[in-house]
Amino acid sequence: MTSSFTAFKAILGKDLRTELRTMRSLPAMILFAVTTFIIFRFGLDRTVLSGSLAGGVIWMTLLFAAILGINRIFLAEREEGGFDAIRLAPVDRSAMFLAKAAALFTYLVVLELIVVPTFALFFLPQWSGLIPMIPVLAGANLGLAVLGTLISSMAVNSRARDLLVPLLLLPLVVPLMIAATGATAPLLEPAGPTYDDYGTWLLVMALYDGIFCLVGYTVFEFLLED
Amino acid sequence: MTEPAETAIRLSGLGRDYGDRIALDGVDLDLGAGRTLAVLGPNGSGKSTLLRILATLLRPGRGEVSVLGSDLPKENWKLRGRIGYLGHEPLLYEDLTGRENLEFQARLHGLDRDRAGARIEADLELMEMSRRADDRVSEFSAGMRQRIAICRAVLHRPDLLLLDEPDSNLDPEGRELARRLIGPAPGRTRVVVSHEPDRARAEAEQVLELTHGGRVVR
Repeated sequence: MTSSFTAFKAILGKDLRTELRTMRSLPAMILFAVTTFIIFRFGLDRTVLSGSLAGGVIWMTLLFAAILGINRIFLAEREEGGFDAIRLAPVDRSAMFLAKAAALFTYLVVLELIVVPTFALFFLPQWSGLIPMIPVLAGANLGLAVLGTLISSMAVNSRARDLLVPLLLLPLVVPLMIAATGATAPLLEPAGPTYDDYGTWLLVMALYDGIFCLVGYTVFEFLLED
Repeated sequence: MTEPAETAIRLSGLGRDYGDRIALDGVDLDLGAGRTLAVLGPNGSGKSTLLRILATLLRPGRGEVSVLGSDLPKENWKLRGRIGYLGHEPLLYEDLTGRENLEFQARLHGLDRDRAGARIEADLELMEMSRRADDRVSEFSAGMRQRIAICRAVLHRPDLLLLDEPDSNLDPEGRELARRLIGPAPGRTRVVVSHEPDRARAEAEQVLELTHGGRVVR
Protein backbone atom coordinates (compact mmCIF):
# COMPACT_ATOMS: atom_id res chain seq x y z
CA MET A 1 0.00 0.00 0.00
CA THR A 2 1.16 3.51 -0.82
CA SER A 3 1.27 5.57 2.36
CA SER A 4 -1.79 7.73 2.88
CA PHE A 5 0.41 10.78 3.31
CA THR A 6 2.09 10.20 -0.07
CA ALA A 7 -1.31 9.83 -1.73
CA PHE A 8 -2.63 12.88 0.13
CA LYS A 9 0.29 14.99 -1.10
CA ALA A 10 -0.05 13.69 -4.65
CA ILE A 11 -3.78 14.44 -4.90
CA LEU A 12 -3.57 17.82 -3.15
CA GLY A 13 -0.58 18.82 -5.28
CA LYS A 14 -2.42 17.80 -8.44
CA ASP A 15 -5.51 19.80 -7.48
CA LEU A 16 -3.62 22.96 -6.52
CA ARG A 17 -1.47 22.78 -9.62
CA THR A 18 -4.54 22.38 -11.82
CA GLU A 19 -6.31 25.31 -10.12
CA LEU A 20 -3.25 27.54 -10.45
CA ARG A 21 -3.04 26.62 -14.12
CA THR A 22 -6.69 26.91 -15.07
CA MET A 23 -8.15 29.28 -12.43
CA ARG A 24 -11.53 27.59 -12.79
CA SER A 25 -12.84 27.99 -9.24
CA LEU A 26 -11.13 30.76 -7.30
CA PRO A 27 -11.72 33.75 -9.61
CA ALA A 28 -15.42 32.88 -9.81
CA MET A 29 -15.66 32.57 -6.02
CA ILE A 30 -13.91 35.90 -5.47
CA LEU A 31 -15.89 37.72 -8.13
CA PHE A 32 -19.15 36.35 -6.72
CA ALA A 33 -18.28 37.52 -3.21
CA VAL A 34 -17.18 41.01 -4.24
CA THR A 35 -20.27 41.46 -6.42
CA THR A 36 -22.47 40.34 -3.56
CA PHE A 37 -20.93 42.99 -1.29
CA ILE A 38 -21.70 45.63 -3.92
CA ILE A 39 -25.29 44.42 -4.07
CA PHE A 40 -25.56 44.50 -0.26
CA ARG A 41 -24.07 47.98 -0.17
CA PHE A 42 -26.64 49.37 -2.56
CA GLY A 43 -29.47 47.02 -1.55
CA LEU A 44 -29.22 47.91 2.12
CA ASP A 45 -28.30 51.50 1.27
CA ARG A 46 -25.73 51.50 4.05
CA THR A 47 -22.03 52.21 4.03
CA VAL A 48 -21.46 50.90 7.55
CA LEU A 49 -22.43 47.50 8.92
CA SER A 50 -21.82 46.21 12.41
CA GLY A 51 -22.75 43.47 14.84
CA SER A 52 -25.00 40.66 13.72
CA LEU A 53 -25.86 42.29 10.39
CA ALA A 54 -22.17 42.51 9.48
CA GLY A 55 -21.65 38.91 10.61
CA GLY A 56 -24.65 37.74 8.62
CA VAL A 57 -23.60 39.53 5.43
CA ILE A 58 -20.02 38.26 5.50
CA TRP A 59 -20.91 34.66 6.34
CA MET A 60 -23.78 34.36 3.85
CA THR A 61 -21.51 35.75 1.15
CA LEU A 62 -18.65 33.40 2.03
CA LEU A 63 -21.00 30.42 2.22
CA PHE A 64 -22.50 30.96 -1.22
CA ALA A 65 -19.07 31.70 -2.71
CA ALA A 66 -17.84 28.45 -1.16
CA ILE A 67 -20.65 26.53 -2.86
CA LEU A 68 -19.18 27.50 -6.24
CA GLY A 69 -15.91 25.80 -5.28
CA ILE A 70 -17.63 22.84 -3.64
CA ASN A 71 -19.59 22.17 -6.84
CA ARG A 72 -16.37 21.82 -8.80
CA ILE A 73 -14.08 20.02 -6.38
CA PHE A 74 -14.71 16.54 -7.85
CA LEU A 75 -15.49 17.55 -11.41
CA ALA A 76 -12.15 16.49 -12.87
CA GLU A 77 -12.34 13.14 -11.07
CA ARG A 78 -15.80 12.56 -12.50
CA GLU A 79 -15.20 13.76 -16.05
CA GLU A 80 -11.60 12.65 -16.53
CA GLY A 81 -11.64 9.31 -14.74
CA GLY A 82 -9.82 10.32 -11.58
CA PHE A 83 -12.13 8.20 -9.43
CA ASP A 84 -11.22 5.06 -11.35
CA ALA A 85 -7.52 5.89 -11.21
CA ILE A 86 -7.70 6.25 -7.43
CA ARG A 87 -9.74 3.07 -7.06
CA LEU A 88 -7.15 1.10 -9.03
CA ALA A 89 -4.24 2.38 -6.98
CA PRO A 90 -3.09 0.85 -3.69
CA VAL A 91 -4.11 3.88 -1.65
CA ASP A 92 -6.43 4.42 1.26
CA ARG A 93 -9.37 6.22 -0.31
CA SER A 94 -9.76 8.46 2.68
CA ALA A 95 -6.52 10.09 1.50
CA MET A 96 -8.58 11.46 -1.37
CA PHE A 97 -11.20 12.81 1.03
CA LEU A 98 -8.55 14.55 3.12
CA ALA A 99 -6.74 15.92 0.06
CA LYS A 100 -9.96 17.30 -1.45
CA ALA A 101 -10.94 18.86 1.88
CA ALA A 102 -7.47 20.39 2.15
CA ALA A 103 -7.75 21.79 -1.38
CA LEU A 104 -11.14 23.30 -0.56
CA PHE A 105 -9.77 24.71 2.70
CA THR A 106 -6.94 26.33 0.74
CA TYR A 107 -9.40 27.86 -1.75
CA LEU A 108 -11.43 29.29 1.14
CA VAL A 109 -8.32 30.80 2.76
CA VAL A 110 -7.33 32.47 -0.51
CA LEU A 111 -10.91 33.66 -0.99
CA GLU A 112 -10.99 35.18 2.49
CA LEU A 113 -7.58 36.83 2.10
CA ILE A 114 -9.18 38.94 -0.62
CA VAL A 115 -12.81 39.06 0.37
CA VAL A 116 -12.58 39.87 4.11
CA PRO A 117 -10.43 43.01 3.59
CA THR A 118 -12.78 43.98 0.76
CA PHE A 119 -15.72 43.62 3.14
CA ALA A 120 -13.88 45.76 5.68
CA LEU A 121 -13.21 48.41 3.05
CA PHE A 122 -16.86 48.44 2.03
CA PHE A 123 -18.53 48.31 5.43
CA LEU A 124 -16.32 48.50 8.53
CA PRO A 125 -15.39 51.81 10.15
CA GLN A 126 -12.60 50.16 12.13
CA TRP A 127 -10.75 46.91 11.49
CA SER A 128 -9.71 45.79 14.95
CA GLY A 129 -12.21 42.91 14.88
CA LEU A 130 -10.52 41.25 11.92
CA ILE A 131 -7.59 39.67 13.79
CA PRO A 132 -9.78 37.79 16.31
CA MET A 133 -11.89 36.69 13.34
CA ILE A 134 -9.05 34.47 12.14
CA PRO A 135 -9.88 31.47 14.39
CA VAL A 136 -13.56 31.83 13.45
CA LEU A 137 -12.67 31.81 9.76
CA ALA A 138 -10.39 28.79 10.26
CA GLY A 139 -13.07 26.86 12.16
CA ALA A 140 -15.77 27.63 9.61
CA ASN A 141 -13.43 26.86 6.71
CA LEU A 142 -12.65 23.44 8.13
CA GLY A 143 -16.34 22.63 8.56
CA LEU A 144 -17.23 23.89 5.09
CA ALA A 145 -14.30 22.04 3.52
CA VAL A 146 -15.08 18.73 5.18
CA LEU A 147 -18.84 18.85 4.73
CA GLY A 148 -18.50 20.32 1.23
CA THR A 149 -16.17 17.50 0.18
CA LEU A 150 -18.55 14.90 1.57
CA ILE A 151 -21.64 16.41 -0.10
CA SER A 152 -19.83 17.00 -3.37
CA SER A 153 -18.63 13.41 -3.53
CA MET A 154 -22.25 12.25 -3.11
CA ALA A 155 -23.64 14.66 -5.69
CA VAL A 156 -20.95 14.50 -8.33
CA ASN A 157 -22.38 11.47 -10.11
CA SER A 158 -25.77 13.11 -10.50
CA ARG A 159 -26.68 15.25 -13.46
CA ALA A 160 -28.42 17.57 -11.01
CA ARG A 161 -25.28 18.08 -8.93
CA ASP A 162 -25.49 21.89 -9.19
CA LEU A 163 -28.87 21.66 -7.46
CA LEU A 164 -28.03 18.82 -5.11
CA VAL A 165 -24.98 20.41 -3.51
CA PRO A 166 -26.79 23.47 -2.10
CA LEU A 167 -29.91 21.44 -1.29
CA LEU A 168 -27.92 18.95 0.79
CA LEU A 169 -25.30 21.33 2.12
CA LEU A 170 -27.36 24.29 3.32
CA PRO A 171 -29.49 22.48 5.93
CA LEU A 172 -26.44 20.68 7.30
CA VAL A 173 -24.36 23.83 7.49
CA VAL A 174 -26.91 25.80 9.56
CA PRO A 175 -25.26 24.99 12.95
CA LEU A 176 -21.87 26.02 11.60
CA MET A 177 -23.22 29.30 10.26
CA ILE A 178 -25.03 30.04 13.54
CA ALA A 179 -21.76 29.50 15.39
CA ALA A 180 -19.72 31.51 12.90
CA THR A 181 -22.08 34.51 12.89
CA GLY A 182 -22.50 34.21 16.67
CA ALA A 183 -18.72 34.43 17.12
CA THR A 184 -18.27 37.15 14.50
CA ALA A 185 -21.06 39.56 15.46
CA PRO A 186 -19.52 40.84 18.74
CA LEU A 187 -16.16 41.25 16.99
CA LEU A 188 -17.63 43.72 14.53
CA GLU A 189 -19.37 46.05 16.97
CA PRO A 190 -18.88 49.77 16.20
CA ALA A 191 -17.11 50.34 19.53
CA GLY A 192 -14.60 47.59 18.86
CA PRO A 193 -14.55 43.85 19.39
CA THR A 194 -16.11 42.24 22.41
CA TYR A 195 -15.74 38.59 23.26
CA ASP A 196 -19.21 37.55 24.47
CA ASP A 197 -19.53 33.80 24.02
CA TYR A 198 -16.55 33.87 21.65
CA GLY A 199 -14.99 30.77 23.19
CA THR A 200 -18.31 28.93 23.31
CA TRP A 201 -18.96 29.49 19.61
CA LEU A 202 -15.44 28.37 18.73
CA LEU A 203 -16.04 25.23 20.76
CA VAL A 204 -19.30 24.59 18.90
CA MET A 205 -17.45 24.94 15.60
CA ALA A 206 -14.68 22.63 16.77
CA LEU A 207 -17.27 20.04 17.77
CA TYR A 208 -19.07 20.38 14.44
CA ASP A 209 -15.76 20.09 12.53
CA GLY A 210 -14.75 17.05 14.54
CA ILE A 211 -18.03 15.26 13.89
CA PHE A 212 -17.97 15.83 10.14
CA CYS A 213 -14.24 15.01 9.86
CA LEU A 214 -14.99 11.69 11.49
CA VAL A 215 -18.14 11.04 9.40
CA GLY A 216 -16.39 11.99 6.16
CA TYR A 217 -13.30 9.94 6.88
CA THR A 218 -15.43 6.93 7.77
CA VAL A 219 -17.97 6.94 4.95
CA PHE A 220 -15.93 8.25 2.03
CA GLU A 221 -14.60 4.79 1.14
CA PHE A 222 -18.19 3.57 0.65
CA LEU A 223 -19.16 6.60 -1.41
CA LEU A 224 -16.56 5.64 -4.00
CA GLU A 225 -18.08 2.18 -4.51
CA ASP A 226 -20.04 1.66 -7.74
CA MET B 1 -10.64 -19.43 -0.49
CA THR B 2 -7.19 -18.95 -2.03
CA GLU B 3 -6.72 -20.02 -5.64
CA PRO B 4 -3.61 -21.84 -6.78
CA ALA B 5 -1.03 -19.49 -8.27
CA GLU B 6 -1.51 -20.93 -11.76
CA THR B 7 -5.05 -19.62 -12.04
CA ALA B 8 -5.16 -15.91 -12.75
CA ILE B 9 -8.94 -15.58 -13.14
CA ARG B 10 -11.74 -17.91 -12.15
CA LEU B 11 -15.38 -17.01 -12.78
CA SER B 12 -18.33 -19.13 -11.82
CA GLY B 13 -21.86 -18.09 -12.76
CA LEU B 14 -20.88 -14.41 -12.89
CA GLY B 15 -23.83 -12.08 -13.46
CA ARG B 16 -24.43 -8.37 -13.29
CA ASP B 17 -27.56 -6.30 -13.91
CA TYR B 18 -28.13 -2.61 -14.47
CA GLY B 19 -31.64 -2.15 -13.10
CA ASP B 20 -33.86 -4.47 -15.15
CA ARG B 21 -31.28 -4.98 -17.87
CA ILE B 22 -29.04 -8.02 -17.66
CA ALA B 23 -25.48 -7.08 -18.60
CA LEU B 24 -23.78 -10.37 -17.77
CA ASP B 25 -25.37 -13.73 -17.13
CA GLY B 26 -23.79 -16.98 -16.01
CA VAL B 27 -20.22 -16.41 -17.17
CA ASP B 28 -17.81 -19.23 -16.29
CA LEU B 29 -14.10 -19.03 -16.97
CA ASP B 30 -10.71 -20.31 -15.92
CA LEU B 31 -7.71 -18.37 -17.17
CA GLY B 32 -4.21 -19.51 -16.36
CA ALA B 33 -1.46 -17.12 -15.34
CA GLY B 34 0.64 -15.86 -18.24
CA ARG B 35 -2.12 -16.47 -20.77
CA THR B 36 -4.15 -14.13 -22.94
CA LEU B 37 -7.94 -14.18 -23.02
CA ALA B 38 -9.73 -12.50 -25.90
CA VAL B 39 -13.24 -11.29 -25.08
CA LEU B 40 -15.39 -10.94 -28.17
CA GLY B 41 -18.96 -9.97 -28.80
CA PRO B 42 -21.24 -7.31 -30.23
CA ASN B 43 -21.86 -3.91 -28.67
CA GLY B 44 -23.81 -4.21 -25.44
CA SER B 45 -22.86 -7.81 -24.77
CA GLY B 46 -21.21 -7.01 -21.45
CA LYS B 47 -17.54 -7.05 -22.43
CA SER B 48 -16.67 -3.77 -20.75
CA THR B 49 -18.79 -4.67 -17.73
CA LEU B 50 -16.80 -7.89 -17.38
CA LEU B 51 -13.54 -5.99 -17.56
CA ARG B 52 -14.67 -3.43 -14.97
CA ILE B 53 -15.69 -6.21 -12.61
CA LEU B 54 -12.29 -7.86 -13.00
CA ALA B 55 -10.66 -4.47 -12.39
CA THR B 56 -12.67 -4.12 -9.12
CA LEU B 57 -14.37 -1.01 -10.50
CA LEU B 58 -17.79 -2.70 -10.49
CA ARG B 59 -19.20 -5.16 -7.99
CA PRO B 60 -20.30 -8.51 -9.37
CA GLY B 61 -24.05 -9.02 -9.02
CA ARG B 62 -24.10 -12.84 -8.88
CA GLY B 63 -21.67 -15.72 -8.92
CA GLU B 64 -18.10 -16.10 -7.77
CA VAL B 65 -15.12 -14.13 -9.01
CA SER B 66 -11.51 -14.82 -8.15
CA VAL B 67 -8.74 -12.67 -9.60
CA LEU B 68 -5.06 -13.36 -8.84
CA GLY B 69 -6.14 -15.47 -5.90
CA SER B 70 -8.43 -12.82 -4.36
CA ASP B 71 -12.17 -13.30 -4.05
CA LEU B 72 -14.17 -10.30 -5.28
CA PRO B 73 -15.63 -8.10 -4.03
CA LYS B 74 -14.59 -8.80 -0.45
CA GLU B 75 -10.88 -8.89 -1.22
CA ASN B 76 -10.86 -6.01 -3.71
CA TRP B 77 -8.25 -4.21 -1.67
CA LYS B 78 -5.71 -6.99 -2.24
CA LEU B 79 -5.78 -6.31 -5.97
CA ARG B 80 -5.17 -2.58 -5.83
CA GLY B 81 -1.94 -1.87 -7.63
CA ARG B 82 -1.75 -5.33 -9.21
CA ILE B 83 -4.01 -4.58 -12.17
CA GLY B 84 -3.28 -2.51 -15.25
CA TYR B 85 -6.57 -1.25 -16.65
CA LEU B 86 -7.04 0.43 -20.01
CA GLY B 87 -10.68 1.30 -20.55
CA HIS B 88 -12.62 3.45 -22.97
CA GLU B 89 -11.59 6.55 -21.03
CA PRO B 90 -7.85 7.27 -20.84
CA LEU B 91 -8.07 8.22 -17.11
CA LEU B 92 -5.87 11.24 -17.73
CA TYR B 93 -6.31 14.76 -16.37
CA GLU B 94 -6.79 17.16 -19.25
CA ASP B 95 -5.04 20.09 -17.59
CA LEU B 96 -1.91 18.20 -16.64
CA THR B 97 0.79 17.31 -19.12
CA GLY B 98 1.31 13.74 -20.22
CA ARG B 99 4.38 13.48 -18.00
CA GLU B 100 2.61 15.04 -14.99
CA ASN B 101 -0.20 12.53 -15.37
CA LEU B 102 2.27 9.67 -15.31
CA GLU B 103 4.16 11.16 -12.35
CA PHE B 104 0.85 11.47 -10.48
CA GLN B 105 0.04 7.84 -11.18
CA ALA B 106 3.51 6.78 -10.11
CA ARG B 107 3.08 8.54 -6.77
CA LEU B 108 -0.31 6.90 -6.23
CA HIS B 109 1.34 3.54 -6.83
CA GLY B 110 4.12 4.33 -4.39
CA LEU B 111 6.98 4.38 -6.89
CA ASP B 112 9.91 6.42 -5.68
CA ARG B 113 10.91 9.45 -7.73
CA ASP B 114 13.99 7.94 -9.37
CA ARG B 115 12.40 4.64 -10.31
CA ALA B 116 9.27 6.40 -11.55
CA GLY B 117 11.28 8.89 -13.56
CA ALA B 118 13.28 6.17 -15.29
CA ARG B 119 10.17 4.13 -16.09
CA ILE B 120 8.26 7.12 -17.37
CA GLU B 121 11.12 8.11 -19.66
CA ALA B 122 11.49 4.55 -20.95
CA ASP B 123 7.77 4.07 -21.59
CA LEU B 124 7.35 7.46 -23.22
CA GLU B 125 10.32 6.68 -25.44
CA LEU B 126 8.83 3.31 -26.32
CA MET B 127 5.52 4.91 -27.29
CA GLU B 128 7.36 7.73 -29.13
CA MET B 129 5.73 10.35 -26.94
CA SER B 130 8.84 11.88 -25.36
CA ARG B 131 8.70 15.02 -27.49
CA ARG B 132 5.09 15.80 -26.61
CA ALA B 133 5.12 14.57 -23.02
CA ASP B 134 5.29 18.09 -21.60
CA ASP B 135 2.21 19.28 -23.46
CA ARG B 136 -1.15 19.27 -21.76
CA VAL B 137 -3.34 16.26 -22.45
CA SER B 138 -6.09 18.62 -23.63
CA GLU B 139 -3.84 19.44 -26.59
CA PHE B 140 -3.39 15.79 -27.57
CA SER B 141 -5.16 13.94 -30.35
CA ALA B 142 -7.17 10.85 -29.40
CA GLY B 143 -4.32 8.62 -30.53
CA MET B 144 -1.76 10.47 -28.44
CA ARG B 145 -4.03 10.23 -25.40
CA GLN B 146 -4.26 6.50 -25.96
CA ARG B 147 -0.47 6.23 -26.10
CA ILE B 148 -0.13 8.04 -22.78
CA ALA B 149 -3.00 5.98 -21.34
CA ILE B 150 -1.11 2.80 -22.26
CA CYS B 151 1.96 4.14 -20.45
CA ARG B 152 -0.29 4.86 -17.45
CA ALA B 153 -1.79 1.38 -17.45
CA VAL B 154 1.58 -0.38 -17.27
CA LEU B 155 3.59 2.14 -15.27
CA HIS B 156 3.36 0.12 -12.04
CA ARG B 157 4.18 -3.13 -13.88
CA PRO B 158 0.91 -4.90 -13.04
CA ASP B 159 0.45 -8.66 -12.73
CA LEU B 160 -2.71 -8.58 -14.85
CA LEU B 161 -3.54 -6.42 -17.85
CA LEU B 162 -7.19 -5.64 -18.60
CA LEU B 163 -7.42 -4.00 -21.99
CA ASP B 164 -10.66 -2.69 -23.45
CA GLU B 165 -10.10 -2.20 -27.18
CA PRO B 166 -6.49 -1.12 -26.66
CA ASP B 167 -5.96 -0.35 -30.34
CA SER B 168 -8.77 2.19 -30.52
CA ASN B 169 -7.62 5.55 -31.86
CA LEU B 170 -4.13 4.22 -32.58
CA ASP B 171 -2.63 4.40 -36.04
CA PRO B 172 -0.79 1.30 -37.39
CA GLU B 173 2.51 2.60 -36.05
CA GLY B 174 0.96 3.24 -32.65
CA ARG B 175 -0.48 -0.28 -32.58
CA GLU B 176 2.94 -1.74 -33.28
CA LEU B 177 4.54 0.37 -30.55
CA ALA B 178 1.81 -0.54 -28.08
CA ARG B 179 2.46 -4.25 -28.57
CA ARG B 180 5.79 -3.86 -26.78
CA LEU B 181 4.09 -2.62 -23.63
CA ILE B 182 0.76 -4.43 -23.68
CA GLY B 183 1.07 -7.10 -26.36
CA PRO B 184 1.40 -10.82 -25.72
CA ALA B 185 4.63 -11.72 -23.94
CA PRO B 186 5.85 -14.67 -21.88
CA GLY B 187 4.44 -14.46 -18.36
CA ARG B 188 2.08 -11.58 -19.18
CA THR B 189 -1.54 -12.29 -18.22
CA ARG B 190 -3.95 -10.32 -20.36
CA VAL B 191 -7.68 -9.98 -20.89
CA VAL B 192 -8.30 -8.15 -24.14
CA VAL B 193 -11.68 -6.91 -25.33
CA SER B 194 -11.60 -6.63 -29.08
CA HIS B 195 -13.81 -5.98 -32.09
CA GLU B 196 -11.27 -7.63 -34.38
CA PRO B 197 -11.98 -11.35 -33.90
CA ASP B 198 -9.32 -12.64 -36.26
CA ARG B 199 -6.50 -10.68 -34.73
CA ALA B 200 -7.72 -11.30 -31.21
CA ARG B 201 -7.97 -15.06 -31.76
CA ALA B 202 -4.47 -15.12 -33.25
CA GLU B 203 -2.99 -13.50 -30.15
CA ALA B 204 -5.01 -15.31 -27.49
CA GLU B 205 -4.75 -18.73 -25.93
CA GLN B 206 -8.39 -18.56 -24.83
CA VAL B 207 -11.48 -16.87 -26.23
CA LEU B 208 -14.63 -15.84 -24.40
CA GLU B 209 -17.41 -14.89 -26.76
CA LEU B 210 -20.37 -13.02 -25.34
CA THR B 211 -23.70 -12.32 -26.94
CA HIS B 212 -26.57 -9.95 -26.18
CA GLY B 213 -27.68 -10.22 -22.58
CA GLY B 214 -24.16 -11.02 -21.47
CA ARG B 215 -24.45 -14.77 -22.11
CA VAL B 216 -21.52 -16.85 -23.22
CA VAL B 217 -21.62 -18.28 -26.74
CA ARG B 218 -20.99 -22.00 -26.26
